[in-house]
Amino acid sequence: MNQILTSNGQAQAGGMKELISFRIGAQEFCVDIMAIREIRGWTAATALPQSPSFVKGVINLRGAVLPIVDLASRLGFESTEASDRNVIIVAQIGEQVVGLLVDAVSDILTVTDDVIQPTPDVASETAKSFIRGLIAMDGRMISLIGLDRVLPENVELEAA
Amino acid sequence: MDPLAAIRETFFQECEEQLAELESGLLAMEGGDQDPETINAVFRAVHSIKGGAGAFQLEALIRFAHVFETALDEMRSGRVPITPDVLKTMLRAADVLADLVRAAHDGSETEHPLASGLVDELKAMSGQAADEDEAEEDWGDFEFQPMAAAVDMPEAPAGPAGFVVKFKPRGDLYAKANEAALLLRELARLGQTVVELDAHEVPPLTEIDPEAAYLAWTITISGDTDEIAIREVFEWVDGDCELEITKQGPADGGFDMASLLARVQDEAPAEDEGPAVVPANAGEVDVASLIANLSPAAAPEPEPAPAIAPPTLSVVASAPAPAAPDAAPEAQAAGGPRKSEAGATIRVDLDRVDRLIDLVGELVINQAVLAQRVMEAGLARASAVAMGLDELEQLTREIQDSVMAIRAQPVKSVFQRMPRLVREVAAMTGKPVRLVTEGEGTEVDKTVIERLADPLTHMIRNAIDHGLESPEKRAAAGKPAEGVVKLAAFHRSGRIVIEVSDDGGGINRERVKGIAIEKGLVAAEATLSDEEIDNLIFMPGFSTAAEVSDISGRGVGMDVVRRSIQALGGRINIVSKPGKGSTFTMSLPLTLAVLDGMVVSAHGQTLVAPITAIVETLQPKAEDVHSLGGHARVISIRGGFVPLIDVGMALGYRRDPLEATQGVALLIEGEGGSRAALLVDAIQGQRQVVIKSLEANYRQVPGVAAATILGDGRVALILDIDTIVTVSRGDMRKAS
Repeated sequence: MNQILTSNGQAQAGGMKELISFRIGAQEFCVDIMAIREIRGWTAATALPQSPSFVKGVINLRGAVLPIVDLASRLGFESTEASDRNVIIVAQIGEQVVGLLVDAVSDILTVTDDVIQPTPDVASETAKSFIRGLIAMDGRMISLIGLDRVLPENVELEAA
Repeated sequence: MDPLAAIRETFFQECEEQLAELESGLLAMEGGDQDPETINAVFRAVHSIKGGAGAFQLEALIRFAHVFETALDEMRSGRVPITPDVLKTMLRAADVLADLVRAAHDGSETEHPLASGLVDELKAMSGQAADEDEAEEDWGDFEFQPMAAAVDMPEAPAGPAGFVVKFKPRGDLYAKANEAALLLRELARLGQTVVELDAHEVPPLTEIDPEAAYLAWTITISGDTDEIAIREVFEWVDGDCELEITKQGPADGGFDMASLLARVQDEAPAEDEGPAVVPANAGEVDVASLIANLSPAAAPEPEPAPAIAPPTLSVVASAPAPAAPDAAPEAQAAGGPRKSEAGATIRVDLDRVDRLIDLVGELVINQAVLAQRVMEAGLARASAVAMGLDELEQLTREIQDSVMAIRAQPVKSVFQRMPRLVREVAAMTGKPVRLVTEGEGTEVDKTVIERLADPLTHMIRNAIDHGLESPEKRAAAGKPAEGVVKLAAFHRSGRIVIEVSDDGGGINRERVKGIAIEKGLVAAEATLSDEEIDNLIFMPGFSTAAEVSDISGRGVGMDVVRRSIQALGGRINIVSKPGKGSTFTMSLPLTLAVLDGMVVSAHGQTLVAPITAIVETLQPKAEDVHSLGGHARVISIRGGFVPLIDVGMALGYRRDPLEATQGVALLIEGEGGSRAALLVDAIQGQRQVVIKSLEANYRQVPGVAAATILGDGRVALILDIDTIVTVSRGDMRKAS
């Protein structure tokens, strides 16, 4: 079992990072917990026209319109057929709030910076642009994802 | 913002109000209003601006306001007759004053080009030039007066005369449920009062008779009052107290040590009812130490004052007493109507209101979601839950309406900019014009008002420049030389309607058509109805002015007006009668936060089409729909062909077009008056929806104007009809 987060606030000090890990298919990923606003169940999204395939649509998050990004599709895997089992991680990216569709949330990890290894040169280009590093833990590999490139940029809009 | 800057900002805000008051007052007088109160209001407005300007040392503003004020004062006193010419000068002076205020606000206080000329005119009018020195002197004594111009500050304590009232209630007074404190408060209404409590009769606690009265007061009243008024205060307690009223000569200032001390600790509880509570073990109250305790940091004890020696606790009932109407007739005249307004309004940061509106929007959605869930749960309509929910719904709607009403403002704020515009344009074109406004009190959302100013300005310019004929032509047509431009606002079926009309020559249809053909906007052989010709002026690239004049036709045509009205969710049309004039009618939503929408479905998606764009809905018949190569289709509606756009395809929800007869067509009128029919699967109903931004968390999506949340809690997209039409047109071109 990993170190479970205890909210003693000490973890942030001294190069310690708290990460939330989740599963997409058989792979495990994690993101910085500071970017996460909440985790909620899947609700059907309203499809958006003229949007990239990884944008599942928009949902109502207490009155705000929240775009849902299928993280599997965004990372270059097969797109997720969302069901009640799926989970939406609501994340703050800059000024915007985005829902990330994943299969399941597994853990909260507390790691030090030196545990994070650089990404080897084998990953696909798509994956590489999101993966900030790898963490080995209890014989598993967890990829650390940077969220800043998750949303489609407006440049793509012109191309679409 | 530092406090002074904040005060300065408030001053300029108030200046705007004063300027509006000034202008509307002058206009009312021009319209024949003889009420002296109107002249007073006008005078007050200028006076207040001058007062505030004095506080901020805005020299140019003070100088001009002073001359203006003097002229107005002459008019007020009847020495200068109120003639149309005088009022015209006054109105121009008001315009200059407004410019000066704005210049001062921007910090670019400079000499106004028209100011000096007007100053001379005003001086000549009021005979100020002759006694220039006096005038200079006159404003030497002028000092800053607060904008609120409460003016009802009673005489200062060192006023000319006053009364000393010695008042000692007997036990009976309290037994009859009278209250000494209330009497003292009444006295305070008569003027500035200094109240001293004489508590030396208070016995030690053990000896106190709770029913007895031990306290006495000495009240010094200064100000403009008389003995009768004072006696009236004590009318009801006559016989239950010892009362002694003595008239005082010119006050010696009444600045005794006791009141000074009392001032130092004026937050001391005014223990003026019943026996004072005193230490049980003390035979006497040590007032000196008591005072010292009350205000440890207060001024060092002045030399032992005789007033302290006896245990006397004096309380200053200072605080400028609210002037009784008869006590300050002068104040009444100057601050009259403002009295009722004071406290009736508050200034609130717009962000706070908007946040509240957002929250209420969410509440409305939540309520709708809840209602739908309850329906789904199969509860009887008469069940307690359903009934409670109905009440909640009503309450929610009321809250929503009230919150929207906070943002609602009378269109007056934009209408009142127009008289000046009319004066300027009239002067430039040499056409005498009278502006008539109606329904200035009609309310609409602040944002709508702000965005109305430009289109309205443009339309009024147009009405004068193009609409009205020259005076010679008018005379030839048997019309009065002075043209009339009318600006009217009213509410009609949940929208605000604004009309701009002129009594000019109406639209020259021959010429309009000629220009439209020349510019290739319509085919030369097209037969157009009068109405269609009139609406040609809204076409992009149309400008009737043969030569570009200074006033209108700066490359901005009526199409821009139309676009800005449409951007507000409104519609505009024109009705013109040759020889009689034209009327532009704009119909706008009351708020931009909600939208009347038609809820439709396309390929299983629920969408909302803004109702303002929809002209009619129809069930396409197979024989009316024709293919036009590729996927492009047209539908014939009463003989004309309009493109039929499959919404499901346009938004990329489906690849194959919907059979036209299977769906419903919405005939819409887009930007520039172009028509199209949108084909959807079905119409679900009509609903008011709360507009939610897509860009906040995502980005703009072509074909989608915004999003909303429907009763089932799901997001529905609001169609951007113009984009859908233009994009589809592009596709059609590609296809052909």
